[in-house]
Amino acid sequence: MDKKIYLDNAATTATRPEVVEAMLPYFTEKFGNPSSIYEFASQNKKAVTDAREIIAKSLGANAAEIYFTGGGSESDNWALKATAEAYKEKGNHIITSKIEHHAILHTCEYLEKNGFEVTYVGVDENGVLKLDELKAAIRPTTILISVMFANNEIGTIQPIKEIGEIAKQNNILFHTDAVQAYMQLDINVDDLNIDMLSASGHKINGPKGIGFLYIRKGVKIRSLIHGGAQERSRRAGTENVPAIVGYGKAVEIAMDTFKERTEKEIELRNYLIERVLAEVPYTRLNGHRTKRLPNNSNFSFQFIEGESLLIMLDMKNICGSSGSACTSGSLDPSHVLLAIGLPHEIAHGSLRLTLNEDITKEELDYVVTNVKEIVDKLRSMSPLYEDYVKGIN
Amino acid sequence: MYSEKVMDHFTNPRNVGEIENASGVGTVGNAKCGDIMRIFLDIDDNGIINDVKFKTFGCGAAVATSSMATELVKGKKVEEALKITNKAVMDALDGLPPVKVHCSLLAEEAIHAALWDYAEKNNLKIEGLKKPKSDINEEEEEIKEEY
Repeated sequence: MDKKIYLDNAATTATRPEVVEAMLPYFTEKFGNPSSIYEFASQNKKAVTDAREIIAKSLGANAAEIYFTGGGSESDNWALKATAEAYKEKGNHIITSKIEHHAILHTCEYLEKNGFEVTYVGVDENGVLKLDELKAAIRPTTILISVMFANNEIGTIQPIKEIGEIAKQNNILFHTDAVQAYMQLDINVDDLNIDMLSASGHKINGPKGIGFLYIRKGVKIRSLIHGGAQERSRRAGTENVPAIVGYGKAVEIAMDTFKERTEKEIELRNYLIERVLAEVPYTRLNGHRTKRLPNNSNFSFQFIEGESLLIMLDMKNICGSSGSACTSGSLDPSHVLLAIGLPHEIAHGSLRLTLNEDITKEELDYVVTNVKEIVDKLRSMSPLYEDYVKGIN
Repeated sequence: MYSEKVMDHFTNPRNVGEIENASGVGTVGNAKCGDIMRIFLDIDDNGIINDVKFKTFGCGAAVATSSMATELVKGKKVEEALKITNKAVMDALDGLPPVKVHCSLLAEEAIHAALWDYAEKNNLKIEGLKKPKSDINEEEEEIKEEY
């Protein structure tokens, strides 16, 4: 197939042409600084306000609770570091999960080096947070629970409502990293008792380098970047107006297409999962079978290594990703796959394919055919497969 | 990220397979770290490596270094094969990304492990050959992020 089949939409997505079109005037004719007084620049202030309102509405929040940032990682860093600082008189304990994105995990490790204590709650074999473990981890000094809405690797959706209730009952702030979930799942911050929520533009066909942190009114949170009065003085720096406008447009489109788009993705996802599991032996699905992101599939193929698989898929114009060590730059495979209990060698053989609504079944058929061929080829070269076949193990 | 030669040896690996009743077989690496190499040698009475095959579980570089290592030892005398270093394997592949250098070490180690097995089976002492470590990856330290 000549056409590229892009199945790495959890990594990033294409910016929609309508989004780019909405952004373009803000680079050239509408370049003014929103903080300026004159009429020409104040249009830009309105453009930022409009985007903020679109996003607030999508979450059932108020516009004053949406703070634009440079992306999901900044939002996660801000939520954790600034909460830790603002609430350190109350306590020094934070609870998170073992399967968070590194933007959360590495920030937690940083906080641990600076006097905070962090409990990393485990997940079951499907990647669902153990609520009993969460409850047992709560201390009088716990100031924050941060659990991702849905996992970026295996797609498992967390019991966010239950976690929100537990946090509220115990008077603990609740932050969720919704970078993968925002616009893939229905989210209302009041229904779910969410105090802070991180999201990113480029995961939903918006531009890169823009995200937001929702901060519930009344939550004490310090500024991450000091300087001007932008973002209610909490995040200084001239607004990235084109990106904010583009983000607003991307959310508007995603809201309009929400039901149809996610239903189609679920159908395609299920088709892909069923075919791969039925046709490739010694294969498992990672993550929950049904409580998973509409566009996520993640497999482990026994006896082979993920990077080899990715390179061979790439040669067939198929883009995917893997949790193997070789693709992470370390010797250990994905912490998420280890947390759901996979042995190292099976974690090394993982393949994540994340769809979008424009993929066709014919394209998925081509993917399945190639996955089968490549897995067979790699197994024929694998000493692990040889040992298995000979019954040594 | 890989040179053309690495890609060539990864996608069209030379000497993949097994040798029945091989003169020497060496397996190194471990599944935990994500790469295992097994090399089979067929060595004649004059100490010449007549045939060599490999099987590898690992990344593109692991497959390519195994393939190149088998090419380099084929037809050589045992003593000559012993002198083939990981650097020679890397050079023959027009280099490897820094994070993949360990794959070439593993290939060198796999050759040594197969030669060791051959020496043990035949009660030979090969000058300069040391008992190979079963897991080369244990030597490496993971780079930890600094704060």
